[in-house]
Amino acid sequence: MLQSFMQNFLNALQWGSFYALIALGYSLVYGVLLLINFAHGDIFMVGAYIAFFLATFLLGQYAFAFPFALPPLMVFGITVVLTMALTACVGVAIERVAYRPLRRKGASRLYVVITALMCGLILENGNLLFLGANRRSFPELLPGTVYSIGGMNVSNVKIVVIIATLLVFVLLETIVRKTKLGMAMRAISYDRMAVPLMGIPLDTVIVFTFVLGSSLAALAGVLFAIAYPVLEPYMGALVGWKAFIAAVIGGIGEIRGAFLGGFLLGFVEIFVAAYFPSTLRDLIAFSILLIFLSIKPTGIFGIARATKI
Amino acid sequence: MGRFTSLILYGFFCVVVVAAAQGRWVNPYILQIAMFVGINVILSASLNLVNGYMGEFSVGHAGFMAVGAYVTSVLNVWLFSTTKVFGPAVLDPSTAVYLFPATLLLGGIGAALAGLLVAIPSFRTRGDYLAIITLAVNYIVKSSIENMQVIGGARGFMGMSGIVNAMHEAVNLPWILIWVLVCVGFTVWVIHRFVNSTYGKGIVAIRDDEIAAEIMSVNTPRMKMIAFMLSSGLAGVAGGLFAHILGYINPGTFTIMKSTEVLVMVYLGGMGSLSGSVLSAVSLTLVLEFFRPLQVAKWVVVPLLLILLMLFRPEGIMGHREFTDIFPRLRRLFSPKGKEE
Amino acid sequence: MALLEISHMTLFFGGLRAVYNFNMKLGGGELVGLIGPNGAGKTTVFNMVCGFYRPTEGEVVFRGKRIIGLKPHEVTSLGMARTFQSIRLWNSLTVFENLCISQHYRLGYGLWDAVWRTGRYRENERRVRNTAEELLEILGLRHYAMEYPKNLPYGLQRRVEIGRALSIRPSLLLLDEPAAGMNPGEIEELIELIRWIRSEFQLTIWLIEHHMRVVMNVCEWIKVLDFGETIAEGSPHEVKKNPRVIHAYLGEEEPAHA
Repeated sequence: MLQSFMQNFLNALQWGSFYALIALGYSLVYGVLLLINFAHGDIFMVGAYIAFFLATFLLGQYAFAFPFALPPLMVFGITVVLTMALTACVGVAIERVAYRPLRRKGASRLYVVITALMCGLILENGNLLFLGANRRSFPELLPGTVYSIGGMNVSNVKIVVIIATLLVFVLLETIVRKTKLGMAMRAISYDRMAVPLMGIPLDTVIVFTFVLGSSLAALAGVLFAIAYPVLEPYMGALVGWKAFIAAVIGGIGEIRGAFLGGFLLGFVEIFVAAYFPSTLRDLIAFSILLIFLSIKPTGIFGIARATKI
Repeated sequence: MGRFTSLILYGFFCVVVVAAAQGRWVNPYILQIAMFVGINVILSASLNLVNGYMGEFSVGHAGFMAVGAYVTSVLNVWLFSTTKVFGPAVLDPSTAVYLFPATLLLGGIGAALAGLLVAIPSFRTRGDYLAIITLAVNYIVKSSIENMQVIGGARGFMGMSGIVNAMHEAVNLPWILIWVLVCVGFTVWVIHRFVNSTYGKGIVAIRDDEIAAEIMSVNTPRMKMIAFMLSSGLAGVAGGLFAHILGYINPGTFTIMKSTEVLVMVYLGGMGSLSGSVLSAVSLTLVLEFFRPLQVAKWVVVPLLLILLMLFRPEGIMGHREFTDIFPRLRRLFSPKGKEE
Repeated sequence: MALLEISHMTLFFGGLRAVYNFNMKLGGGELVGLIGPNGAGKTTVFNMVCGFYRPTEGEVVFRGKRIIGLKPHEVTSLGMARTFQSIRLWNSLTVFENLCISQHYRLGYGLWDAVWRTGRYRENERRVRNTAEELLEILGLRHYAMEYPKNLPYGLQRRVEIGRALSIRPSLLLLDEPAAGMNPGEIEELIELIRWIRSEFQLTIWLIEHHMRVVMNVCEWIKVLDFGETIAEGSPHEVKKNPRVIHAYLGEEEPAHA
């Protein structure tokens, strides 16, 4: 009993890690722009695909092969870094091409949200169009090792995922609290009007935010692909919506909130699936969400802004 | 000409369409597209009530549509046809033609009650948090249906074509088309009158400044409840019709994708513009149909077009305006005293 | 029966004491002022009276009815209207519509009537429109009826907001810094307007104001608030001389420097 509980606990931590990493992107962008970036789930998918092509390339599965074979661990390292960089470019490109012009024209923010939805559709279906509907299986970068601790099966992938997520948390908190750009991000979410007047370059901050968010989604994409090595164009859609929900449960715009919300959603989903028929998973998870938000409308860490009249 | 101009014109239009269908002057494919256009007009006009006029951000409209679709379909199949699950028909199938509006209405009422799931949290929650609640309701409705094996679960529910045939046999007319036309007219008419009355403008006041609305004597919870229930109820009616056009429904139809489609129609038309909603529902449905031969590429081309359109008209096709604002002459035609009532 | 009776009204925001032991009695027909330095809790008093905040302690009785716990729209429908420190008109609705919607509590018809345009709808809608038109006429705003508030100059927006409050047909009108942001010419007009409104509509006016010129010229009775507590009250003349008031405002100087 305890064993299966602990096993589920670990699974939930891993599952929640993915949600947390993606939820961060939603939260960061929302904090700065008040924009629900609905393309973000698909950025995660793009990350996984970029990782796929990089990894297969580095492993020499194309016509071009390196004269020497790279050790898998090194391939893993290079893939992660390059994927994060490339996906960040995609995220920033979307910002520049689709969102920024709209913002400049003073469009209602909901129009930017709709544009984000459209960008998501383009990413999904563009992928389907150019790469075809066949699923791709991700190469095994981390040789699967399963440790058995007290009767629990702990794979090294799980450990990497969980530790990476925790590291990201610490790193992000540091960036946001210690660096100038991070502080500018917080300043914007505190007072949108004053920040540009104070000489803080708004566009730089926005680009930085998209870089951060997209590269974290890419990290989630790589790790997800390693843990569940089947890629398909729509893999980001549902995960994306759910990560968004996680961000909101935590209190959107809050880094801690995104993490906690992500893990919470992971736990709810894994444990519901463990103890109830799996068809009830969404129903129960979303009912919990509905009840939770009815009681605490601004999420765990969200503070209701006092309305001044 | 006068206050009944629009009614007369619409009636004439309906007669022509029905005659075209009855006389088989147009092929069934085009007829079906026309009916989907109608469904989308109802959906986008009703969502505009909440998202445009009231300024909330509801992203789960398909959920209410699903409730209406299932309530109406299940009632009809239970009442008028013999199935394994529900047993023999309760009423004679030939009465379906008379009772169809009643079951359609019940579907709408069911959906309006589901709308309470969103309306009640909306008293305390606004904006993006409420958006999540609507999203959650959409998922809850969908997975509740998937878990109800009696009505087919994830496999879907069928038998509505039998009802449609029974109606057709009783009185030889294209009934579903007629009801689509009636419901489209009804929806536009109800919403138009609601938002043009001082009573209905209360929801616009909520959008502009909810605190001022509440302090200036607008009963904001009640107005929100009315707007949400009216909107979801009309979506339910659209769902009921939709089910009978296809003859078969399954929960997979009523996902966030469908909600997104309606959402796009609302914002494309312009927030708080009823004629914009109608216009964009018609044009988007037709454009999607037009690009159907492109298959997958359709879902790249259409979003690209939409993004471009947004860049050129960042407030939607119509913005806040109506047709009558752009062509003031129309107003003289449509209302008795030369000014909008 | 007193029009408004506030006793021991107190509000805590967490540990912060926003308003403490506020007492007030208005018989009807007065024109009273509430002044005090920034952050003294003046608007908070209004917010509690109109039902937007719920006081931690105390009692508010308006026209013989306890109003604590009522929602703002319920309090308003008892005949209390207010304006806001920062103008809060509905900007996507015309001036005329602004003055109609504020009569929501006595519309006398519902969804059914609105959709079917019943006799009740037409009758009530006509009444609402007449009220709005009348008010626009007497406030000199008829010309702007079809304008959107955000396109009007500041002084006119204030006037529209007062008109919107009047359309409620209140017996008590709360004005929250009506002269804020106005130029001297507009202030003179405002003073005239407030006096005229009181005599024309026979109502009680309670206002918060920083401009001493307005306060001293208009108010018959003044209450001074500092850090949530009442530190003085009396006629303008008395208050002006009160050492505690002078101290609260400037330390040593006179409060009136406008």
